[in-house]
Amino acid sequence: MASHIIKSPLTEEVVKGLKAGDSCFITGIIYSARDAAHKKLVEAINNKEKLPFDLQGAIVYYVGPCPAKPGYPIGPCGPTTSERMDPYTPTLLAHGMKGMIGKGNRSPQVLEALKRYHGVYFAAIGGVAALLAKKVKKYEVIAYEDLGPEAVSKMEVVDFPCIVVNDMYGNDLYEEGLKKYRRL
Amino acid sequence: MREIEYATVVDEVARLAIEANCILGEDIKERVMQAREIEESPLGKEVLTQILENAEIAKREMLPICQDTGIAVVFVEMGEEVKVKGGLSAAINEGIRKGYKEGYLRKSVVADPLRRKNTNDNTPAVIYTQIVSGDKLKITVMPKGGGSENMSEVKMLTPAAGMEGVKKYVIDRVERSGANPCPPIIVGVGIGGTMEMCALQAKKTLLREIGSNHPDPFYDQMEKELLEEINKIGIGPQGFGGRTTALAVFISAFPCHIASLPVAVNINCHAARHKSVTL
Repeated sequence: MASHIIKSPLTEEVVKGLKAGDSCFITGIIYSARDAAHKKLVEAINNKEKLPFDLQGAIVYYVGPCPAKPGYPIGPCGPTTSERMDPYTPTLLAHGMKGMIGKGNRSPQVLEALKRYHGVYFAAIGGVAALLAKKVKKYEVIAYEDLGPEAVSKMEVVDFPCIVVNDMYGNDLYEEGLKKYRRL
Repeated sequence: MREIEYATVVDEVARLAIEANCILGEDIKERVMQAREIEESPLGKEVLTQILENAEIAKREMLPICQDTGIAVVFVEMGEEVKVKGGLSAAINEGIRKGYKEGYLRKSVVADPLRRKNTNDNTPAVIYTQIVSGDKLKITVMPKGGGSENMSEVKMLTPAAGMEGVKKYVIDRVERSGANPCPPIIVGVGIGGTMEMCALQAKKTLLREIGSNHPDPFYDQMEKELLEEINKIGIGPQGFGGRTTALAVFISAFPCHIASLPVAVNINCHAARHKSVTL
């Protein structure tokens, strides 16, 4: 299990080099969106409207941060459960998104789309939100402000830690982990 | 009749909401440290280390442990000889509003389950009031996160299913949850009562201190067996595989109908937040 320092947005070459179980530290711009925002993004794609950010190579982080305390760029910001985004994910991957950061299992449709469009699914550690906030240097809401904590934001991250769960080759860390440690 | 000032309840509830969200219980920290010692998976060990680091940062800077600062579940034990001026529920909701604003906690409540507009102040709280004797007021604030709550469930078993049926169901529920509730988890199990009573028992049992024994040796044994079995599933910290899937299993049993055997599983993540005050 390798460790990678990677830049966002992602390139095809970088995605090819990532395997389930690898540790990654991401630096660059990532975008936050949860299910309410995903619904709007997919509607915009279907209506051929301009999206609030460029999807090409983008990493989307499933997060709804706490409000920032004075002097902090962002409040605690750990991942939310990814499966709520599953219905919208294949469309975003088809339109250029390369990476997602969340937690928990994905649907068979998402796993298929990762293989077809060469994408990667990372998990950040759920519940270590204060620690993860230290890796975010800038946070700016860029769309759907009316959604409150569910608005779309642009985040500048440095060495944001996560683990590859699903790579583009069909490997699945959750499945492999269960197989290895199951004693029932 | 003893009277408690409205503002006292407001301030105390606000304080409890902030402290519960920012300070991880010592019992949980201790159990995570023990789990780290025996965790076989390197990635699992790393997750447990980060959980402890996160708890230190959160406490030092008074930041929420998790961005999901929950819907506020509030348990009240109200003496028959005490009243809150201006009304108990109003004061609790005012306290939640204040705490979530002043503590920079996330507002995670929508006004309607289908129309889904955020109330922007994290109210209303989910309040359960029990009338007890005396003139004291005990308030427990338990911010409950959505990720683990979504993996919770009630099932009406038949009495023939017995203890084995209950255990099988609990293990199955945890297994189906996988990585979603942010393992390591704490598993609250309600057995008996009626359908809704059983669910409430499961939730209330999550207030127990980790490491505490069930007063009934029968259920104490069952809790220990369930914990051992759950930790054999292999889900591990964050679902990456490993020995530490659950930190504790708590059972609450209640008398029930001759035809019924309700079971509820309420899952909590490691951020098992709750703080109490007696006024």
